[in-house]
Amino acid sequence: MNAKLVTDRNTSTNCPEFAEHLLRELAPQVLGVVARKCGDFADAEDALQEALIAAATQWRAAGVPTNPRGWLYSVAMRRLKDRVRSESARRRRENEVASEREHEQPFVSPPDAELGLMTDDTLVLLFMCCHSALSPSSAIALTLRAVGGLTTAEIASAFLVPEATMAQRISRAKQSIKSSGVAFRMPTDDDMVERLGAVMHVLYLIFNEGYASSSGPELHRVDLSAEAIRLTRMLRALTPDNGEVAGLLALMLLTDARRAARAGRHGELIPLDAQDRSLWDRQMISEGTALVSSAFASGSAGPYLLQAAIAAIHDESPRVQDTDWPQIMALYGVLKQMSENPMIALNHAIAVAMVGGAEAGLALVSELDTDQKLRGHYRLDAVRAHLYEMIGDDARAILHYRAAAEGTASIPERDYLNLKAARASARS
Amino acid sequence: MKYMMMMNAPRGNGEYQINDWSPDDFQAHIAFMHGFNRQLSEAGEMVACEGLTPPAQAKLVRAGKDGRPVTDGPFPETKEFLAGFWIIDVDSAERAYELAATVSAAPGPGGTPLNMAVELRPVMSAPPDPSAPSLTR
Repeated sequence: MNAKLVTDRNTSTNCPEFAEHLLRELAPQVLGVVARKCGDFADAEDALQEALIAAATQWRAAGVPTNPRGWLYSVAMRRLKDRVRSESARRRRENEVASEREHEQPFVSPPDAELGLMTDDTLVLLFMCCHSALSPSSAIALTLRAVGGLTTAEIASAFLVPEATMAQRISRAKQSIKSSGVAFRMPTDDDMVERLGAVMHVLYLIFNEGYASSSGPELHRVDLSAEAIRLTRMLRALTPDNGEVAGLLALMLLTDARRAARAGRHGELIPLDAQDRSLWDRQMISEGTALVSSAFASGSAGPYLLQAAIAAIHDESPRVQDTDWPQIMALYGVLKQMSENPMIALNHAIAVAMVGGAEAGLALVSELDTDQKLRGHYRLDAVRAHLYEMIGDDARAILHYRAAAEGTASIPERDYLNLKAARASARS
Repeated sequence: MKYMMMMNAPRGNGEYQINDWSPDDFQAHIAFMHGFNRQLSEAGEMVACEGLTPPAQAKLVRAGKDGRPVTDGPFPETKEFLAGFWIIDVDSAERAYELAATVSAAPGPGGTPLNMAVELRPVMSAPPDPSAPSLTR
């Protein structure tokens, strides 16, 4: 990893960055073909992982081969065969019967007809790794390895757990796939919406993890937000007509665009209304807003697209006071009707406060006190604190800032809330 | 989400009472802990675990006026003490409670569950939620 970081950026095909990028691009395509050939996803995935590790060292030393896809495919198939051979030898020893004849197949690159299937295979892989039979953490780990082409060590370090723990999580995920009988094929039309929803959810969770770790001293960690964006781009290319996928990609881009502005020098949280907007990434913002506009133009809007539209409004406001709150309030109003996420209702209350005054917002927040999912949630306190501060009720603001700080499990957020409380105390 | 799971063992009659158990009870307890750790590892939920020496070796340390360590203790009157801890990474709070209850019921003398107090504390590693209210992020 360190070697990668100190290398000059160049476009040479012998550059390690190029090799790594290419490997990760090819990983799901080759895995799809190998999985189809051998019929066992778990074995295919192990074999490909070995081929990727071999390629990482050999390509770095000797340069990228002329047919990198064929190279990976051959090596993965060879590893698979070695595995089958040693497995059947073991079985023979155990059973003392030579029950099986080994399949002897010459190694060739996949024929062109199979290459055509590769892009579909990537989509099938995503559906498989994000299947609802898997727990969220297993689905995340398996997606990053099988589709993202990351090594177990890289994934482990991204989540700050030991490599052995991550390896175990991945192997259990593969067992769950095996035992739940998820087939390596495209979902039927009836299942499509739900299965695609599960994929988008997992990609969004990966993005969120990156959102947490992208500030502060953890520079050696894999950039999970960038990885989520890359995978969502891949999904977008495979489902170009889906407005929600476009919405998800736009939401990620429009959120990530603020990365450089959302943390201070010591990793302290800088909220949206206090960020230096000149640090926002204009290119990401224009890509995100273009996605939102074209998706809106071509059909009905789902939750990801609506959230992206709201993010676009924030991102396109030159100054915080230029924010089009009535528009944001209207969008949250629509979102509230279709989403179970109580954060949406809280966001709506804020938009109402920005349009109609803090008291109107506080009244809506009070309604949420009885919400099953939000009851006692520190974000209720955080929002109340801000709204009381808006109307100059520092005493109440301090109380709620402190309560919110007690409730969060995020260190930058706790520090920010305590600082807000301290500032309000110093004023009063 | 990560949790620290702290297992507090009862101190008994002022001695580290596990020393008074029968060899069978002692071995059953150790086997239980090994099995528990293996289960955590196999589930991909183990981040770290350590057992601690008995409180007879515990010291409280503070910096003195010159910044050098001033030690105090051990404190034999303590009723319960931290015998060991785990850091686990699980999908839900319910799963963390389940694991804490499992370890709480580790077998004691005669195989009776010890029902030790296990303190569970979320580790501050939660990602901030990008969909959180705009004023708070």
